[in-house]
Amino acid sequence: MSAAVNSRQYIIRFIFIGVASVILLRLFFLQNFESKYKIMANDIAIYKKVVYPPRGVIYDRKGKVMLSNTVIYDLMVTPRNMKGTDTAKFCAAMGLDLPGFLKIMKGISIRNIDVRQSTFMEQLSPEQTARFQENAFSFNGFELVERNIREYKNETAGITLGYIAEVSPEMLKQPRYLTYRQGDYAGRSGIELQYEEVLRGQRGVHFLERDKFNRPRDPYRRGALDTQEISGKSLELYMDAELQSYAEKLMANKVGSVVAIDPQTGGILAMVSSPCYDPNLLRGRERAKNYGKLYREATRPLFNRATQAMYPPGSTIKPMTGLVAMGVGAITPSFGLGCYGSYNYCSRSIACEHKDAGHASNFRHALAHSCNSYFCHIFRLTIDYKGFASTKQGLQKWHDYYIAFGFGRKTGIDLPFEKEGNLPDTTYYNKLYRGVWNSCTVVFVGMGQGELALTPLQMANSMCIIANKGFYYTPHFVKSIGKNANDTLLKPYREKHLVLNIADSSFNAVQQAMQDVVEAGTGVGAKIEGITVCAKTGTAENKAIVNGAVIKMADHSMFVAFAPRENPRIAIAVAVENAGFGATWAGPIASLLMEKFLKDSVTVKRKAIEDKMTKAHLINKYVYTIDSALRERDLRNYNARVLRKHLADSSSRYDDSVMVMRWMNRRFK
Amino acid sequence: MSSLGKSLFSRIDAVTILLYVMLVVIGMLAVFSVEHRSTDVTIFIANKNYMKQFVWFGYSLLLGLLILLTDSKFFASTAFLGYTIGVAVLILTIFIGVDVKGSHSWLGVGSFRFQPGEVCKIFTALALSKFLSLPETNFKTLKNRLVGVALSLGPAVIVLLQNETGLALVYFCFILVMYREGLPNAVLGVGIGIVALVLGTLLIERKLLFILLTVFALVVGWLLRSVLRRNMEARIVLIGGWLFCILFSQLAVPMAFQHGLKQHQIDRIYSMLGKEIPVEYNKGVADGDEKKTNASEYNVLQSKIAIGSGGLTGKGFLNGTSTKNQFVPEQNTDFIFTAIAEQFGFVGCLVLIGIYLSLMLRIIFVAERQRSDFTRVYAYCVASILFFHFAVNMSMTIGLAPVIGITLPFLSYGGSSLLSFSILIFILVRLDADRHAMIR
Repeated sequence: MSAAVNSRQYIIRFIFIGVASVILLRLFFLQNFESKYKIMANDIAIYKKVVYPPRGVIYDRKGKVMLSNTVIYDLMVTPRNMKGTDTAKFCAAMGLDLPGFLKIMKGISIRNIDVRQSTFMEQLSPEQTARFQENAFSFNGFELVERNIREYKNETAGITLGYIAEVSPEMLKQPRYLTYRQGDYAGRSGIELQYEEVLRGQRGVHFLERDKFNRPRDPYRRGALDTQEISGKSLELYMDAELQSYAEKLMANKVGSVVAIDPQTGGILAMVSSPCYDPNLLRGRERAKNYGKLYREATRPLFNRATQAMYPPGSTIKPMTGLVAMGVGAITPSFGLGCYGSYNYCSRSIACEHKDAGHASNFRHALAHSCNSYFCHIFRLTIDYKGFASTKQGLQKWHDYYIAFGFGRKTGIDLPFEKEGNLPDTTYYNKLYRGVWNSCTVVFVGMGQGELALTPLQMANSMCIIANKGFYYTPHFVKSIGKNANDTLLKPYREKHLVLNIADSSFNAVQQAMQDVVEAGTGVGAKIEGITVCAKTGTAENKAIVNGAVIKMADHSMFVAFAPRENPRIAIAVAVENAGFGATWAGPIASLLMEKFLKDSVTVKRKAIEDKMTKAHLINKYVYTIDSALRERDLRNYNARVLRKHLADSSSRYDDSVMVMRWMNRRFK
Repeated sequence: MSSLGKSLFSRIDAVTILLYVMLVVIGMLAVFSVEHRSTDVTIFIANKNYMKQFVWFGYSLLLGLLILLTDSKFFASTAFLGYTIGVAVLILTIFIGVDVKGSHSWLGVGSFRFQPGEVCKIFTALALSKFLSLPETNFKTLKNRLVGVALSLGPAVIVLLQNETGLALVYFCFILVMYREGLPNAVLGVGIGIVALVLGTLLIERKLLFILLTVFALVVGWLLRSVLRRNMEARIVLIGGWLFCILFSQLAVPMAFQHGLKQHQIDRIYSMLGKEIPVEYNKGVADGDEKKTNASEYNVLQSKIAIGSGGLTGKGFLNGTSTKNQFVPEQNTDFIFTAIAEQFGFVGCLVLIGIYLSLMLRIIFVAERQRSDFTRVYAYCVASILFFHFAVNMSMTIGLAPVIGITLPFLSYGGSSLLSFSILIFILVRLDADRHAMIR
């Protein structure tokens, strides 16, 4: 072997090392200096999955579940794996016909590639779920996927609890919904909306690896980057589910509302806006359809009368009229008025129910008999009081008192869309009467008619003030958030609101008079054995516009009360629209509810009244007449909404297809 | 048998065996990392490729033991016979082979399939060793050199007929062996020159290349003007060389691309170069059509993404998002290297290439300590085959070479590949154990 040839082993070694070095050099640059590959690797292989935690559960004051979550199923399909599925059998099980089936499949094949799972049908009915599960083994490629939806346990308090629905494109533009994405659910009314941030919990984001076919696989980096979802916090309400459903039963087939508050805390024990609806209608697949139905209903079940309806309070305002009169010093409880069936001081006659002499000989008697003359007069005395520079200043003072009572402004209850009611002030009257008015012009306000309008919630709150002799807590539903009664959200409801400048003796006089209402006055039907009930009846005149003409409607039956007088535990306001005297309907209903709450059951003796109340059908025919006039306008609004929604939907579908196109471009580039 | 009185097993080269086992184990782990799912309850799943590879490794060791127990002279004495049989089977395959992905290079025996082209490398290596070690072979003569080239490239031609270009190219690695055994230096120079010329032709615009080549020839002529003036032969070489280069780049390459190569081969070559395919070479498209997507380019891109995203230290074992999720094509076989590069990054690659280089250098070391020419030539054959596979496979995953079906020895999944490389190694170890004997 020559030396020249022998040296070639080194050349060959050199070639080996050289080539390996070139490869290593290329690798070094590829792996350490070309960051684009890292970005691309993440881009193609990582799939961000959003996990929704269960929404918070809502309990009543006794720990009974009112609103929780339940599982329903979506039917998913992976077209690639469908081989061997008997289409006819499948259609029969799912209640589809063949063209319907093909239409869905065609839609899926346009939107998605066939190895990827797509939604075949959302939110199966229990029957469909059962029928599918029976034959699940033979339906290749189909799979049920769990989904949480809300479940209202007692079918009560629908309007209070509210409902959830997909966020709309308009909502997404608001800062409140900054963290929401299209397709997310959010509370749309009631407590579900008010406490959305609390109930919602926190979304979890899981990063999954996906394969070439976009199918999710293992957790990326074994879940190191994932954020865990946090369940929504539960809410404990003051509401008594039993009382609530009893109230709804009593209010069946009536238009009106009930608000019951615990005066010592401001916690709402029951809130009814009648007619009620089954809240389970407004969830799941049927929500949109049912919403449309309820929306078009003449009696407007979706309108929360308890916080939004503005009624003339009628005689139920008289205790407050008295309180203000005593507060400013215009009268003392012993002030009396001779009334012979009408009030004639203001160059017109205002009728009074009572003619017998002495029925208004002092405040106590006047209130017990609900003397219109007396209260019109003391209202005039109040605003014309010599301590004020003018009637206008007097009215403004009166206005201040009423504001302190919670009238003419939102009480601040933890429900959205609360209404202020209407509390006239000098500006209002100046505008209305072009500046020319006096105490006689506005005299009706003293007996709860005229321009004054209150929500049932405000009426119930005013009862709290009398029961507490001068203070109230803002009415609210939620007792504790996630077992924490001192959550910052609840801070405003822990603050005691004092009504100043009214002496305890005045409250005592009013309470005494209200006790007389039940024991010897207009509200004897509200008597509860063994309990001192203080109450005031009201029969509110009201008018409505029907086909352009103002007509006088049947009176609203009103009733406010609290009990027991010694240690008030419930304050209540009941309004039954166009039903007649307050003592006939609203009174017994309020009384039954108070008895139910205070004694846990209604005595056998009163079953007859209970039956009468439950069975009464008091929906005024005018409701439908008025509705027909408004219906055309509403239908127009509704159609516009449907159209808007449709447009929003179709634009979202467009987004979808754009996404698919982008994805495909990326894949096949 | 034991020339120094020591037992056979104390004479086998432990370093080679160790490096071999390391590579096979790394390969199995790589396949495992690609196929393992976090949902798997157990790792012993019979239909997963890493388990199959494990079984193949068992067979390989068994076969290795059998080889070690065979007399070393057996390999030399049956070399030509084996070569004859191998070539016969190779030819047979053209007719009775199974179609796999367009190539006709597989034989099916029951459920077992293998590529005769893969196994024939062993026979060729043995036959070449035998031929070069024959006492009557004088490798200085042109005739013997041509016989050597024919011996090595004969099977390549047949494999080419089976439509398996990658495998055929492997046989060119024997040129390196013959270079070691005395082919003129010029062979290497001309070889490198041709590769440079081909690359130049593809990369540089044709007219520009013409000018460059001419300028280069004139510069060389001016520098060597004294030599050229005296030496007629030198003048012929220079002018001939220039003429060859011009003809090659201006005529031969365009001819080959337009008529010789298939579209997918052109795709691969241009995707390796990272250039768009010139319209004149793009056969699949009529004028005005949209640009045809290059599937090969997609494969290389995915491979580069997997490797590049590994970074310095990698994503960690079992965390290879690209390799685990089927983005990289031919993941378990040709592109198994991407799994290591993605999960262990540059450090992992450094270690792997280090092991590889150690094995190849060890084999050359082993070759040079032989008493008999047969074993030395054979060892060089083994080293060259490994080197070729290693270099081409690695280069194609990082876009330095076109994607041709060349496996990474010991690491790539595949029974016949692992078996044939194991046989190569074990025969070498067996021969080396008798390094002090004369084997012919």
